[in-house]
Amino acid sequence: MKVGVLAVQGAFAEMKAFWRTQGAETFEIRQLPDLERDFDMLAMPGGESTVQGKLLNDLGLFAPLKARIAGGLPVFAVCAGLILLAEKIYDPGGRGGTRPGKWFGVLPVTVRRNAYGRQLGSFKTVGAFDGTTNVPMTFIRAPAITAISSPEVEVLSEFNGAPTAVRWRGITAFTWHPELNQRMRA
Amino acid sequence: MKDRQELNRNLAQMLKGGVIMDVTTPEQARIAEAAGACAVMALERIPADIRAAGGVSRMSDPAMIKGVQAAVSIPVMAKCRIGHITEARILEAVEIDYIDESEVLSPADDARHIDKTKFAVPFVCGARDLGEALRRIGEGATMIRTKGEPGTGDVVQAVRHMRRIQSEIRRIASLREDELCEAAKELAAPLDLVKSVHENGRLPVVNFAAGGVATPADAALMMELGAEGVFVGSGIFKSGEAAKRAAAIVQAVANWQDSKLLARLSENLGPAMVGINADEIKTLMEERGK
Repeated sequence: MKVGVLAVQGAFAEMKAFWRTQGAETFEIRQLPDLERDFDMLAMPGGESTVQGKLLNDLGLFAPLKARIAGGLPVFAVCAGLILLAEKIYDPGGRGGTRPGKWFGVLPVTVRRNAYGRQLGSFKTVGAFDGTTNVPMTFIRAPAITAISSPEVEVLSEFNGAPTAVRWRGITAFTWHPELNQRMRA
Repeated sequence: MKDRQELNRNLAQMLKGGVIMDVTTPEQARIAEAAGACAVMALERIPADIRAAGGVSRMSDPAMIKGVQAAVSIPVMAKCRIGHITEARILEAVEIDYIDESEVLSPADDARHIDKTKFAVPFVCGARDLGEALRRIGEGATMIRTKGEPGTGDVVQAVRHMRRIQSEIRRIASLREDELCEAAKELAAPLDLVKSVHENGRLPVVNFAAGGVATPADAALMMELGAEGVFVGSGIFKSGEAAKRAAAIVQAVANWQDSKLLARLSENLGPAMVGINADEIKTLMEERGK
């Protein structure tokens, strides 16, 4: 399998390493010509969603990627990646209020940014993920999935009763960081 | 606390490939966020003005920091004086996302840094060489930046420090295992961290460039030399078109290998900060806290 890793900002090196340990071939998507390469899946790393979203626009990557995702390109997204995919975003800082996802806006969930507060609210826990128990989960200034708007969305993991990872069509998205856990299997 | 240290290293990983900008008002913070900053450093005076004002430079007013926190959704950092345990406790109390125990402010302790392992909040510290970087990590820093020479707009020290750190890392990686103890002695660094550098060929935490970065080309140069991201202090809001320059530096860091793009980004940015040649200044901030 060939995984294109979005590499405009954030922990993309960790995402590449994660997919290599799963036996996949990886390459970085930094600019438009990178999209001409063949790949089976898009991986969206952790980082700052505001930065990644802005760079996707500035670099002209946004529209072609959106078309590919809408066309069924499988996506593996963590943290900032989930925010970029979400249909609706609640932003407790700045403007406040829920508004339509200003980025790809395809995944039928509502996401609250920085839902556990600032860095002092970051935490680690273990939980069940997609049938596997005791999976270590790292939450870094993490978002939360506060609502799901399609019955097709499958919940893969939860924390305190709220979904923390979901699957919908070809998209798998996490509020935590599976790529920071060496033993995790995709 | 081991978990906290790891979570704090993880946050630095999320900042990689990004630009952290000094801001002095909520308005500047919003400009920085809109330009693509991955975090902001809230401080009352940028290093160039600290230099000009002289005197004792301290932690910023928590009210100012809270104003910046309310204005943006990205992480907010702030500086405390080297060795000033209480300023760090105050910054932790206002839930800052990262503390910079910084030589830009007047040191509060001329011999010791803060024992950062006793804090839940993360710390970034400056370093000029590998030994200094590993000492700070040993004290609990979860992110390192070059010291450079802040507030000058002169990138020469940041280059010197980044090159020195990277070349020392390569040297440690090339040693025999039975040479590491002697190397740790020479570096005045903890042996377990020297072993970690030997095994992994890199620092155990994220390493950014800082001090004197003023242009997109400066930022791209630091990435070329091995920085994982860039702090821009006085360079942005001391220049002509701050928002445009900030956005250009963000793009330059994301695509530092693309010279054609860098050429385009460098066009029509207006005057860069005037800068001071580091040889002409009296206060060498990099000499503070070794």
